[in-house]
Amino acid sequence: MRAFTYERASSVEAAAKAAASNPEAKFIAGGTNLLDLMKLEIETPTHLIDVNGLGLDKIEATPEGGLRIGALVRNTDLAAHETVRRDYGLLSRALVAGASGQLRNRATTAGNLLQRTRCPYFYDPNQPCNKRQPGSGCSAIGGFSRQHAVVGVSDACIATHPSDMAIAMRALDATVETVKADGSRRAIPIADFHRLPGDTPHIETVLERGEFITAVLLPSPVGGKHIYRKVRDRASYAFALVSIGAIIHPDGTGRVAVGGIAHKPWRVEAAEAELPKGARAAARGILADARPTEQNRFKVDLVERALGAVLSEARG
Amino acid sequence: MKFETPATTNPIDRLKVIGQPIHRIDGELKTTGRAMYAYEWHDPNTPYAYGYPVGAAIAKGRINAMDVTAAKSAPGVLAVVTTLDVGKRKKGKFNTANLFGGDEVQHYHQAIAVVVAETFEEARAAAALVKADYAEERGTFDLSAERRAAKKPDESQEPDTAVGDFEAAFRSASVTLDQSYTTPDQSHAMMEPHASIAAWNGDEVTVWTSSQMIDWWRSDLATTLGVDKGKIHLMSPFIGGGFGGKLFLRADAVLAAFGAKAANRPVKVALPRPFVINNTTHRPATIQRIRIGAERNGKITAIAHESWSGDLPGGGLETAVNQTRLLYAGANRMTAMRLVTLDLPEGNAMRAPGEAPGLMALEIAIDEMAERVGMDPIEFRIVNDTQVDPEKPERPFSHRDLIGCLKLGADRFGWSNRPKVGSRREGDWLIGMGVAAAFRNNLVLPSGARVKLDRQGVVTVETDMTDIGTGSYTIIAQTAAEMMGVGIDKVAVQLGDSRFPVSAGSGGQFGANSSTSGVYAACIKLRDAIAQKLGFNSGDAVFENGIVRSGNRSVPLAEAAGPGGLVGEDTMEWGDLAKTHQQSTFGAHFVEVGVDVATGETRIRRMLTVCAAGRILNPITARSQVIGAMTMGAGGALSEELAVDTRRGFFVNHDLAGYEVPVHADIPHQEVVFMAETDPMSSPMKAKGVGELGLCGVAAAITNAIYNATGVRVRHYPITLDKLIGGLPDVA
Ligand SMILES: Cc1cc2nc3c(=O)[nH]c(=O)nc-3n(C[C@H](O)[C@H](O)[C@H](O)COP(=O)(O)OP(=O)(O)OC[C@H]3O[C@@H](n4cnc5c(N)ncnc54)[C@H](O)[C@@H]3O)c2cc1C
Ligand code: SF4
Repeated sequence: MRAFTYERASSVEAAAKAAASNPEAKFIAGGTNLLDLMKLEIETPTHLIDVNGLGLDKIEATPEGGLRIGALVRNTDLAAHETVRRDYGLLSRALVAGASGQLRNRATTAGNLLQRTRCPYFYDPNQPCNKRQPGSGCSAIGGFSRQHAVVGVSDACIATHPSDMAIAMRALDATVETVKADGSRRAIPIADFHRLPGDTPHIETVLERGEFITAVLLPSPVGGKHIYRKVRDRASYAFALVSIGAIIHPDGTGRVAVGGIAHKPWRVEAAEAELPKGARAAARGILADARPTEQNRFKVDLVERALGAVLSEARG
Repeated sequence: MKFETPATTNPIDRLKVIGQPIHRIDGELKTTGRAMYAYEWHDPNTPYAYGYPVGAAIAKGRINAMDVTAAKSAPGVLAVVTTLDVGKRKKGKFNTANLFGGDEVQHYHQAIAVVVAETFEEARAAAALVKADYAEERGTFDLSAERRAAKKPDESQEPDTAVGDFEAAFRSASVTLDQSYTTPDQSHAMMEPHASIAAWNGDEVTVWTSSQMIDWWRSDLATTLGVDKGKIHLMSPFIGGGFGGKLFLRADAVLAAFGAKAANRPVKVALPRPFVINNTTHRPATIQRIRIGAERNGKITAIAHESWSGDLPGGGLETAVNQTRLLYAGANRMTAMRLVTLDLPEGNAMRAPGEAPGLMALEIAIDEMAERVGMDPIEFRIVNDTQVDPEKPERPFSHRDLIGCLKLGADRFGWSNRPKVGSRREGDWLIGMGVAAAFRNNLVLPSGARVKLDRQGVVTVETDMTDIGTGSYTIIAQTAAEMMGVGIDKVAVQLGDSRFPVSAGSGGQFGANSSTSGVYAACIKLRDAIAQKLGFNSGDAVFENGIVRSGNRSVPLAEAAGPGGLVGEDTMEWGDLAKTHQQSTFGAHFVEVGVDVATGETRIRRMLTVCAAGRILNPITARSQVIGAMTMGAGGALSEELAVDTRRGFFVNHDLAGYEVPVHADIPHQEVVFMAETDPMSSPMKAKGVGELGLCGVAAAITNAIYNATGVRVRHYPITLDKLIGGLPDVA
């Protein structure tokens, strides 16, 4: 970990401005991802802007009938919130499927969206990795890639986005609300928030330098059965091999976002039309153009099988 | 004392303290955080400095040059010592790769420098500034690709055995099996990483460390540093797990010693977690081929077990065929082990080396064979039981109750309800049961102890024995209490200090039996000293309730000790009972699993292990060993695998997020039963080891249960869902 300076931001605007004025600065929320990366010098900010004291830890109803989730709401609090549990069960279930109780107590809504990949080569500074060191190459391609992405991959990077929460946010059509360094605000649909790796896997979201997340907005509840199915090698405390976040209505229609298979929460709206026909048809659409490696080819089958289980659970 | 003839009745048989369910005497220290682990030693008046290791960034080659200018001028840095600075060192007897010194890189993350600074953070930051210029060389990293180039190691490793004519018997057998199995590289993944503090005082050095074997470490540290062994004082009173990973001197101690010398300060060095995986040792992967031939009645007539494993040049075998030499009958048999040169980190002992991966394969093969002959797998094992060493029939087992374990376990577990393959389903779960035999040899090593009696009647045991979480403190206290006829509250135990008599140490499940036998021997000496002082005939002196009695005279021990106290010291040595009699421990594992019909995720529902391991010195600590081993076996069956990057030559998943050991949610109800038995051939304690037995065979029992649940037979560990889903029913 390199030495850094530290400040506690006094307001949202001040936080964005402080970040914009120092290209080497980073926000710190729960710190559960950033600090680990700093210890390994994968992230080397020279300045940390602590955003924990800005009052962004509230969950409020919106006039449109949805929810406004403050960027600093802890994963534990979000998962336990009564309205979330009642109307956005998928979100609650996805959250508690992630990490551990202690981590969820610290982890925040914005931090969770921005957590970085768990590709093991990304974590080892001795190995080539385009995401860590642009242009150095991708060690996972042709290497240990069992956990890696099967869709939306590029020749530069096949990493996944590891968040469970983000899968639910994607299925729920959340919007990320931000403040830019110049003080202007914008709302980014979650579908557009994370990027595919392309030639620039080190650029993971559409956020601009210094842009600060203030909240995540959920539209009004859509009903249906909310199921989050996380498939993993051990029963807890493991990242998903594949996860399915689904909202299924009694007539068999619904939405599905898939985790563990792409550089972003993966949702193919066109494939959702196939849901009433069953998992095979829908999975085919979700995984069109899949480019798995020898080691993660199983994920293609696994998505279909896990989706099959989810649909049969939904039928109840 | 030398143990040369089978034990007869002795004071241990009173079982007033031995065999009792006594809680760990060091438990309170541990649960209240007062047990000082290596890195935690902290004298407020000592100006500790902190060392951080730098590991090689390549797997094989040479270091042309190193640049430490930036590191040396970084904030807080006191010293930087590089592998080039210290030059090539003599290697410790137990190390295969060099720990530090010289320009040769033999494996990834081999230590190439230590940076010492005022704080841990400063040392870590400066360590990242050390630059090395390498001349990289091609290495070999892929066991299966290199298998053809495997060599027969020298005879000292006992690679081959053969009896009868295996090939002919196999060819003419009515039922045969010929299958290959693989087990992956595994990491000890103990909670406490390797850690040491070194403090020099002139030419003497004190090292607080985390070591299973004090004397081995001390000798190898002396060799590596090039100092006289007598100048080294080693302390390791508490160890946060070892599993074989701390049997041998590791780089943390060497780096701490060099760093402390250079900085002229006591220095603390802990290995970061990735170093535990790529800098230290691991259990090597194996490829195994098993062939079994049997008559229609289930009698094995031919059995062959071959194994291939890899290691660095000069390294050794993973002895995966050893149990097959002893476990089942069969007139025609052969075993063979071959070694491949791999430039991966050093392979070495991990809990139940040999037997653990060997039984992972053999006990699947036995399950497969039972099915082929149409027998229940328990019945098949019973039919093929042997009471003698099948390779040397003149050697009987000292005591062998595998059949008892299987039968009792079957009864307790409800084995008769085992479903037909692939037939039981509860909701989304396919349910199955599996069984496997547990087998591990009972080893003994010489073990010394000093036992002191003071004027308060307190008995203090001193030995360099270690407690790696196993309960050594407690069983040693129980032994001394039983021998001296006092309550356990009157016994103090001091362990893990090189100033104490050399013990067996902890490993190979030899620790409990050997070290308590050493304490037994020392107590006999102390009893003699007491009797002599009182003018008693030691033959008829009775030690009981804090009193020593002879005829109608009785004297409290405190009084007998007198103001100067009395001491007994001895080392238990071993005769050739282990040669004339095969001494082994046995058990049976029973497992019930559920496999998700859609995703292939396996979740264990119940586990039972029955152990026949001689006298159980303390059922609480012994049970703790066995359930820990069953848990480790669950990891080995379902998730643990060091992923080898065969291009770059290292273990990629080198942290506990990537190397998945079981979590609590993976471990269901576990039951352990100990057979009531003693083995007078093993020691005066009549005990045997149990710490590794519990691991041997568990993974196969799980795998067999998965087969019973799903009908999918997986022969390549770990049994992850990707290896199952292809054979599961359609769910889409
Ligand atoms: C052992 C372990 C296991 C885990 N398992 C799982 C799992 O199974 N599933 C899962 O989904 N996650 C898992 N996680 C990841 C965990 O969910 C994330 O670490 C956590 O959500 C990050 O939140 P944080 O608030 O701590 O983020 P931080 O570490 O504080 O920040 C992360 C990033 O977000 C940026 N940031 C934070 N707040 C803002 C803001 N308001 N605006 C702009 N940028 C911001 C920071 O600058 C930083 O780059 C695991 C983590 C660990 C350590
Ligand atoms: S997959 Fe992406 S993160 Fe992983 S090594 Fe390749 S470039 Fe780096």
